Amino acid sequence: MTKTKIAFNWASSCGGCEIAIFELGTKLIDLANKVDIVFWPAILDYKYSDLEAIPDGAIDVAFVNGAIQNSENEHLAKLLRAKSKLLVAFGSCACLGGIPALANTTSRDQIFASSYIETSTTDNPEKTLPQTKLQAREGELTIPEFYNTVKTLDQVVDVDYYVPGCPPVGEQVSKVISQFVEGVLPPKGAVLGASDKSLCHECKRVRTDRKIAKIIRTYQTLPDPQKCLLEQGIICMGPATRGGCGSICLDANMPCRGCYGPLPKAIDQGGKMLSALSSIFDAQSEEDIQRLADSVVDPVGTFYRFGLARSLLRRTKP
Amino acid sequence: MKTVTINPVTRLEGHGKISIFLNDEGNVENAYFQVPELRGFEKFCEGRPVEEMPDITSRICGVCPEAHHIASTKALDAVFHVEPPPAAKKLRELLYSAFFVADHITHFYVLAGPDFVMGPTAPKAERNILGVIAKVGLEVGSSVIKHRSDALDIIAAIGGKRIHPSCGVPGGVSKPITEDERNKIEAISKSEVEFAKFTMKLFDDIVLKNKDYVNLITSDTHATETYCMGTLDEQNRVNFYDGKIRVVDPEGKEFAKYPPADYQQYISEHVEPWTYLKFPYLKKIGWKGLIGGKDSGVYKATPLARLNVAEGMATPIAKAEYKRIYETLGHKPVHSTLATHWARLIELVYAAERMLELSQDSEITSPNVRTIPTAIPDEGVGAVEAPRGTLIHHYKTDAKGMVKGVNLIVATTNNHAAISMSIKQAAEGVIKKGEVSDGILNVVEMAFRAYDPCYACATHTLPGQMPLHIKIFSKNGAVIRDIRRP
Repeated sequence: MTKTKIAFNWASSCGGCEIAIFELGTKLIDLANKVDIVFWPAILDYKYSDLEAIPDGAIDVAFVNGAIQNSENEHLAKLLRAKSKLLVAFGSCACLGGIPALANTTSRDQIFASSYIETSTTDNPEKTLPQTKLQAREGELTIPEFYNTVKTLDQVVDVDYYVPGCPPVGEQVSKVISQFVEGVLPPKGAVLGASDKSLCHECKRVRTDRKIAKIIRTYQTLPDPQKCLLEQGIICMGPATRGGCGSICLDANMPCRGCYGPLPKAIDQGGKMLSALSSIFDAQSEEDIQRLADSVVDPVGTFYRFGLARSLLRRTKP
Repeated sequence: MKTVTINPVTRLEGHGKISIFLNDEGNVENAYFQVPELRGFEKFCEGRPVEEMPDITSRICGVCPEAHHIASTKALDAVFHVEPPPAAKKLRELLYSAFFVADHITHFYVLAGPDFVMGPTAPKAERNILGVIAKVGLEVGSSVIKHRSDALDIIAAIGGKRIHPSCGVPGGVSKPITEDERNKIEAISKSEVEFAKFTMKLFDDIVLKNKDYVNLITSDTHATETYCMGTLDEQNRVNFYDGKIRVVDPEGKEFAKYPPADYQQYISEHVEPWTYLKFPYLKKIGWKGLIGGKDSGVYKATPLARLNVAEGMATPIAKAEYKRIYETLGHKPVHSTLATHWARLIELVYAAERMLELSQDSEITSPNVRTIPTAIPDEGVGAVEAPRGTLIHHYKTDAKGMVKGVNLIVATTNNHAAISMSIKQAAEGVIKKGEVSDGILNVVEMAFRAYDPCYACATHTLPGQMPLHIKIFSKNGAVIRDIRRP
C-alpha cells in the first residue's frame, strides 16, 4: 500500500499553526512513519524546486495556513493546488483572512507610510520604501509584491476542506489529520475539526436570558466567572462562532473573539453577531437601538476580528 | 558578476532569501539577507480598542506569542496608568518564565544542540534532533518533549491557551490560579529545574570537557563586536519580565541605561529598499551601515548580549553558571557567536529556577489579580526581554482608549543588522576565487542559528536543520552550481 502523500505550507501567518501541528508531539513522529511528508518548508529540507518537480495531482493532501498577502503567497497556493488532489485551508488566516486581514481596514500605501516613514523611531528622511525590483550596485534584487487587499485561500484557489481556529486546538488537529490518513471524509467544502453548533453550546457558563442595558469593555469590569459574559454586558462572539475549541478563552474569564469563524449557513459572522446582540439588548425604542450600535466602539475589529477577508465587507476602504 | 542565491531560506516565516554577489575575481562583493514579508500591524491596529491589543498583537508571532502578549499587557498598564496587584505581576512573570523554559529547551535540543552534541563535523544526516536522541537515548528525547509540553501546560493554566494566551488585561490578569493548579505548577517547576540542570551537565560533558569545542568557542572567527543590549533588575541582574534597559559598548563599558519608556531617545530604525524588515540602531551613534565596532550603532540583543550587559543572575544555580562562563572564557564581554548557545542554557536554568520560586510564592494564589483602571487612557510603553531580544510595544490612544498610534520594536529585528553581517562574513569565509565550498551550508546556517531568529520559529521542530539551497548563476543566468543540504 502506498503511503498518503502530505504537504504543509504557510502563507501570511504567525507560525502558530505550525506550532499547533508540532503540538502533536510524539504523535507527529508516528504520523511521519505512517505518511509521506513531501513538502514542509518550515520543517523539512524540500524547496520550491522540489515542489515544482512533483507531477500535478501527485500529492494526496496539502494543508495551507496563512492568508494571501503577497505575490509569493499566491504563487505557492496555486502551485500546491495544481500538485494536490485535496487542498485544505488550515487555521483562521487561510479560512477567513485572520488577524492579517485587519489590513483590509487600511491600504498598502498607508501601511508602507506607517511602517517605513511615520513610526516614531523610523529615521528615513529620503522616504525610501521597499521595492519589488531593485537594481543594486552588484545586481538585481527582488522581493514579492505586497498586496493592497488580504485574501482568504479560497479567494485565489479552489479549496476542498476548512480547518478553522487561531490556531486549531491540538485534539482537533490530531483528529483531522487521522481523517485524511484514513480517507474517511465528508463532502467537499466541509469544515473539519470544529463543531457545527455555536461556542455557547460548549460554554460552561450559566445563562439566564437576562437582558442588558449597555455594553461594557473588558477592562472596565471584573466579570463573574460563572455567568455568561454577554449577559454581563461584555461582547462575546460565542453566539456567532463555531465551537470546537473547548471554550478555552471563556475558561480564562475572557470573551470569545470569534477565531473559529462563522456558523454553518451563516453568511456573515458580524451580521449574525449583531442580531444576537440585538436580541439580548433591552431595547424599548429606536434610540435604544442606536445607543447599542454606538456602544460597540469598533464594530469591524470586533465582529470581523478574524473574518474580515471572508465577510461580505471584504475590506472597509477602497 | 556571478550571483549566488539562497532561496528560500526556510523558517523565516516560511520565506527568506540570501543573495550573494561575487566580483570579477570570484570573491564576495556583497551579500544581502532579504526579508520578503510585511503584515502591517502598526497601521491596522489603529482604530482598535487598546485593551484588545494583547489579543491582536500576539498574532505577530505564533512561536513567541507570550512575549507580545505580555509586552502588550504591560503597555496597557502604562496607557491606563494602572498598577497591577502583586499576584498579577507574579502570575505574568510565572507564565513568562514557563515560556522561556519551553522556548530555550526547544532551541537547544532541536536547533542548536545537534552541532555540539553530534559535533560540527559529524555527518549531516546525524546532525539533528534524531541524531541527538540516538546518541543520548530515547529517554532523553521523550524528556525533551515532556518538559516542553509541561511548560505549555503552565502557560495554558494561567493564560487559557497553549498558543496565543488570552489572560492579559490592563491592571492585571483575567483570572487567579487555584491551590490545586499551583500544586501542579510547583511539581512541574521542580522537574523543569532538574531538567535544566541535566541540560547544563550535558553541555558540560559534551562541550566544555572537550578542548576542541572550547577552542571553537574561544577562537570563533564569526565574532561580531558590537554594542549589547538587555533588561536588568535594580541589582543589574538579568530579568526577562521587567527592569531597565542597559546598553554596553563593544568593550563592555556602560553606554546607556534607561527605562523602556525612554526607548525613542536611544533607538532609531533604518530602512533599505531591498527588504521589508527595518534595521534598528543606537540613535546617538548613528547608522553607519552593516559594520560592527564602537563607531557603528549596530547592536545585539541575544542571550549572550543580556549576560554581557548584566553583572549576574538572580537565582543560585544560574548565578554560579554565570560566574563560570566568564571565568572559562577569560574575558567580558564575550562576542563569540557560539557562546550564545551557552548563554541560552544559563538563561534556561534561571527561567526554571524563577518559575519554581514564583510557584512557591505565598501570594501567587491570591484572588486579587486585577486593578480596574480609573484614569483616562493616553499613551504607554511596555517592554519585556523576548528570547531573541528586547521587545517594545508603544501605544497612543484617544481619551476613549481607541488606538491612534502604534510603534513596535520586535525582538529579532534588533539583531537584523548583526545577522546580516554574520551572513556576509560567513559567505566571505567560504567563497574564494569563485570556488564555493560545500561548507557554505553549515557556515551560513551556524551564522543564523546562534541568533535563534524568530523566523526560525517553527524550526523548533524535527529535524532541526536549516534546509538550504544555493544556486550559483553565471552572468547570463545559467545555473553553474547547485548545492543542496542532503
